[in-house]
Amino acid sequence: MARFVVRRMASAILLLFAVSIVVFGIFEVIPSYNPARAIAGRNATPTTVAEVSHKFGFDKPVYVQYGKTMELIFTGQVIDYNDNLNVDAQFAQRFPVTLSLVVPAALLWLVASIVLGSISALRVGGFADRGIMVAAILGVSIPVFLLAAVLLYLFAFKLPWFPNTGYVPIQDNPAQWAYHLFLPWISIAILSIGFYSRVLRSNLLDMINEDFVRTARAKGLTRRQVFRHHVLRNSLMPIVTMFGLDFAVLLGGAALVTETVFNLPGIGQYEAQAIGNLDVPPILVGAMFTAFFVVLFSALNDIVYALLDPRVRLTA
Amino acid sequence: MTEPLLDVQDLQVSFATEDGLVRAVDGVSFTLERGEVVAIVGESGSGKSVTVMTLMGLTRSPNARFAGSARLRGGDLITASEQELERVRGKEIAMIFQDPISSLNPVQRIGNQIAEQILAHEKVSKAEALDRAADLMGRVGIPRAKDRLRAYPHEFSGGMRQRVMIAMALSLSPGVLIADEPTTALDVTIQAQILKEIRQLSLESDSGVIFVTHDLGVVADIADRVLVMYAGQLVEQGTLDEIFYDPQHPYTWGLMGSVTRVDRDPPKRLPAIPGQPPSLLRVPAGCHFGPRCPHAFDRCHEVPPLEPRVPGSPDHLDRCWLDLADKRTRREVGGRIGLAQGDVIK
Repeated sequence: MARFVVRRMASAILLLFAVSIVVFGIFEVIPSYNPARAIAGRNATPTTVAEVSHKFGFDKPVYVQYGKTMELIFTGQVIDYNDNLNVDAQFAQRFPVTLSLVVPAALLWLVASIVLGSISALRVGGFADRGIMVAAILGVSIPVFLLAAVLLYLFAFKLPWFPNTGYVPIQDNPAQWAYHLFLPWISIAILSIGFYSRVLRSNLLDMINEDFVRTARAKGLTRRQVFRHHVLRNSLMPIVTMFGLDFAVLLGGAALVTETVFNLPGIGQYEAQAIGNLDVPPILVGAMFTAFFVVLFSALNDIVYALLDPRVRLTA
Repeated sequence: MTEPLLDVQDLQVSFATEDGLVRAVDGVSFTLERGEVVAIVGESGSGKSVTVMTLMGLTRSPNARFAGSARLRGGDLITASEQELERVRGKEIAMIFQDPISSLNPVQRIGNQIAEQILAHEKVSKAEALDRAADLMGRVGIPRAKDRLRAYPHEFSGGMRQRVMIAMALSLSPGVLIADEPTTALDVTIQAQILKEIRQLSLESDSGVIFVTHDLGVVADIADRVLVMYAGQLVEQGTLDEIFYDPQHPYTWGLMGSVTRVDRDPPKRLPAIPGQPPSLLRVPAGCHFGPRCPHAFDRCHEVPPLEPRVPGSPDHLDRCWLDLADKRTRREVGGRIGLAQGDVIK
């Protein structure tokens, strides 16, 4: 077990290192990239730009810049080029917002997917099944920005049921917190419910034909017992694997469209702005942040899988 | 006369498919008494598995059509509701399947799987159910049963897994035990042990056993009575001695003839029954075996009913129009019972 953890940590560090190099490298090859100009401002003279460039070290070789940036990141001093804010502090401040958005949405989609996928499989070919599958395809196909915008328009503007964007921290007012986040949760959940319920349905239908399910029925178990203890239990494992990774990237700020549309001051919104401004430090930190979660959840996934499927434990 | 334990009357099972109606079981009737072992023999596709799975209600599906009856303890298994079947399955009638590796839930502990069946039918505590599970495992010959309760299926060998299946099936002392080719997936040495277990345990619980197999060696070892199935029908039925020593149907001769005997020189070519079983979508008119039978004659265009045709053996039934003397002559091929290859005396 200890060897497992050490090996995982080592590969995590290597991965973060690799991610940072790739992200940094991308900006070196973008032709329009000129951070000095961005910092100096639109009306700056070439001299000012050159001064800024020198001050920030943009005239130094790439690897020196890289080294300096990484040093700043890990000492918590890195500043973004656009607003002159401490990136690490921004991330710390915005993370709770992203958490508030992502965690309940993920739970919602997980439960809903299991319920809908199960209903679909149990009533395969029937009206409920077809209805759910069509809804699922719609959910997967509709782009998030469109869905978020439509939800906002319909339910916050046209029908004033929900507030018109904004965020209320949970410690201030839990009811308002949930009220403001409701539409964003739906936006994120719908996409994933569509995908997960289809996958679960497919797994369940395969599982129902397995020999051991036939044995379970032959034992005289009720249909509900057979479904819960034999069919569903064995079908959930791929879902768990997918969920781990989806959740990881969301924690890293993948819900940036939703955050932007609903004006939630989370990590995703920050990263989106940074990308728009070609602002390297936040992007770099964001990429590494996400990579960190991916590695973490990847390892957790392996552990959970071993817990769920005893056949895997022999090698672990 | 007392009512038999299981009474199957004119069972018919068909499946509606895109290509037509597949008549998988076409009028099968037989009885089973407590303590007796009835073997159902036939090739793949003869309908033997569908017959026994239907008794358990496991063939029910939107495209399945049933007719006939299977009476067990006063109730008809064919028309019983799903709830009634759930009560009966595992308790009055139990089944073990062919492939023990895939027939057990891979992520559930063995003890729990056995206990699950007990708990589904009796109001006992989980602890007591597990105790009984350990006891059952011990009785089927699994060493250190109490320690192995928490083991998973993949930690057992094939023979052990099949013993677990047997333990599970007999856990509630069902009246009827159905074994669907339980030894086909196991090697021969284990096969002998498993057969012994089945026979011993069914004697202990006084169950009747329906043993489905294509292996005549197994039949000779374990059966009291034999049912021979072909293309969805019973073509011959009788006691073990009657079937092995006085078979009346050419298909049975073919089966007997294809077994290599230890007391004789091995043949140059293994005798096989020429041709293929008919498609169950388009069953031949008349005797189903007619197209492949070297002894077919004009009467064979008429479906032969399953009847006793041997004087003095009222329970030896067969479906062949040939008269008794003819049968006893024609089945002698090369000094033993078999099916003549090619044209013979008509």
